[in-house]
Amino acid sequence: MHLVYPLLLAAGLFALGVYGVLARRNAVLVLMSVELMLNGANVNLVAFSVYLQDRLLGGQVFALFVIVVAAAEVGVGLAIVLLVYRNRESIDIDRVRELADVDPPEPELQR
Amino acid sequence: MTGAAWLVPAVPFLAAVLGLLAGRRLPGGPAGVAVLGTAVPTGLALALAVAVLGDPGRVRETSTLLTPTGAVPIAVGTRVDGLAAVVAVMVCVVALLVQVYSTAYLRGDPRYPSYAALVSLFTAAMLLVVVSADLLELLVGWEVMGVCSYFLIGHYWQQPSASAAAVKAFLTTRVGDVGFLFGIFTLGTAAGSFRISALLDRAPRLGHTAVLVGTLLLVCGVVGKSAQFPLHTWLPDAMAGPTPISALIHAATMVAAGVYVVARLYPVFVLSPVTLDVLAVSAAVTMLLGALAALAQDDLKRVLAYSTVSQLAYMTGGLAVGGYAAGLFHLLSHAAFKALLFLCAGAVIRTVGTNLMSEMGGLRRGLPVTFATMTVGLAALAGLPPFSGFFSKDAVLGSAWAAATGAARPVLDRPAAWLVFVAGMLTVLLTGAYATRLWLRTFFGTYRGTAVIEEAPTAMRVPLLLLALPAAAFGFVGLRSGWLPGWLGYGRDVAFFAYTPLPLTAPPTPSLGPQAGTALVATALGLLGVLVTYTGWRRAPAADPARLLGRARRPFERAFYLDELYDAVLVRPLPRLARAVLGFDVTGVDGLASGSGSGAWLAGGGLRRLQNGNVQAYATALFLGVLVLVAGVAVLT
Repeated sequence: MHLVYPLLLAAGLFALGVYGVLARRNAVLVLMSVELMLNGANVNLVAFSVYLQDRLLGGQVFALFVIVVAAAEVGVGLAIVLLVYRNRESIDIDRVRELADVDPPEPELQR
Repeated sequence: MTGAAWLVPAVPFLAAVLGLLAGRRLPGGPAGVAVLGTAVPTGLALALAVAVLGDPGRVRETSTLLTPTGAVPIAVGTRVDGLAAVVAVMVCVVALLVQVYSTAYLRGDPRYPSYAALVSLFTAAMLLVVVSADLLELLVGWEVMGVCSYFLIGHYWQQPSASAAAVKAFLTTRVGDVGFLFGIFTLGTAAGSFRISALLDRAPRLGHTAVLVGTLLLVCGVVGKSAQFPLHTWLPDAMAGPTPISALIHAATMVAAGVYVVARLYPVFVLSPVTLDVLAVSAAVTMLLGALAALAQDDLKRVLAYSTVSQLAYMTGGLAVGGYAAGLFHLLSHAAFKALLFLCAGAVIRTVGTNLMSEMGGLRRGLPVTFATMTVGLAALAGLPPFSGFFSKDAVLGSAWAAATGAARPVLDRPAAWLVFVAGMLTVLLTGAYATRLWLRTFFGTYRGTAVIEEAPTAMRVPLLLLALPAAAFGFVGLRSGWLPGWLGYGRDVAFFAYTPLPLTAPPTPSLGPQAGTALVATALGLLGVLVTYTGWRRAPAADPARLLGRARRPFERAFYLDELYDAVLVRPLPRLARAVLGFDVTGVDGLASGSGSGAWLAGGGLRRLQNGNVQAYATALFLGVLVLVAGVAVLT
């Protein structure tokens, strides 16, 4: 099989993931989009591992690592989402902006 | 004895400190401390004079290096010669009599203790000027006098005129003192030492520019302190102070300090004819201006004040034309008769309760002692023989004549000497006129006031009588070359003039005795002034003889509107300038400083807008940044 097909698939997956992370409002869907991006990378790793005929199968081992790390990440992420939901009964990412810099009053100048 | 010369200023200083700290609690009260603190230095000064005058030309100097400054060293010490000893005696005697007089004059004044202490401090400062060996030490005394004059002129500070006069005196003399300070710097750095002896020794080797600039700057201070045109305006206003203070300021201290400094540094001044020209012109203008203004004043003390301005100009004029001993002679005799006149005026004012001569008249019957002593003082002021003023004024006029005709060694340009001579002769005429007017308006005619007239108490009468003696007879001291001219280190000792590189064309006159020509003319002019006023008064004894001045009376009374001129040119524009500077400071300088703050604030505000709390916006920015980096790497490689 030509290398270009898995690479195109990976690029598609990654682009989808980027779109989801940047554009979705639902925090769970954002997490899923992150998964899409990770898996796009995984496809790349496996495809290059096969293409370069790596005898130590480094790419595939890396892909397994990524899956494990992604599982842990989703665990933590979902826990945060859960807590956010418990606190404000909404997981709309647009409305979680506590870190915004609110305008303080201009300081009084020393005369 | 001469090693203890430092005690002369130290004792009255101690008396001032004691009087200020514990005046009322000491035995004898504030008056005791003050009188004793002036009597002791009087004795010391007399002893000093006796020790010094055997050989007045020799300089006895003690000097201690104060602190190594790295550059020009500053020393503290005393420098006593005939000049210092004679002037110290004069200062002490007048100050002592003023202190005694004040005990009665200010009886019952709640601020008498501080007054007496300040008079002591004033005396100490003047004595420090007299005996100091170092120019910076001299400056300390000079400035302390300025402060004391401020406090004493403003003694009645509840009167707005008194506090305004105090501020005016302080600021006006301060204008001159700036020049004085820089003059000291100029001469001190040029000579490499602030010691007076070193400066006098090295004077002939100093650069011409340094001497010219240094002495001209010193003249600024002298003009301010000795109330010469154009800085004389503070002195008539200083009359707002108590009358004994006027006597002290006008006779022995303050105004005498300027003349004394010129005499002290005379060998340096002689090297700069331009400076002496300036001094001579200033003196000639001041003489006439003061005498004309004195003609029209109604305030008794202001007449005397303008006469002081005018008489001081004789001293500076005498020094300017090369009459070193003549100028000092007039300083000493003026100290006697002007102190006497002011103390007499105090005795009159105390009982009449006003300064205005239009509310006096006919006082000779009620105040016989004051009348007699004041007559002596006025005769000396008018320069009538044989009173002291006749001899000293004639010595000045003789010096001016000698300098103008070229008979004496020229130290300045002859036109300037002519100016001093002509102005001096005219002033003799005017002095006779205003002295007579004061005499007639105060003591003759009928009394125009309502107060009960009583003669002054003993503590005031005794100083009057004691001062009347030198005012009458001091002039004879100048007759023999071994006496006053010799005491001043002049006449017997030509080494004084050896400082100057110019050849001696004629030996300086050893005697200060009257010279026939000038003495006759001056006496005739003085008598003419007396007669004109007297005949004018005889025609209408109740009216002011000043009416003879006609239309000129008003400008004379306002002293040629110089105060108004200064007010319009300096006093009022200065606050405006100050406000403009303040405005520039607030809007310009402050605006720049606070503008940098608010500018940073605004710039930060633009950046803060990016931090909106939307995580996806951050991620978008991150993504775009990565894209830009990748694109950049792709393009560049």
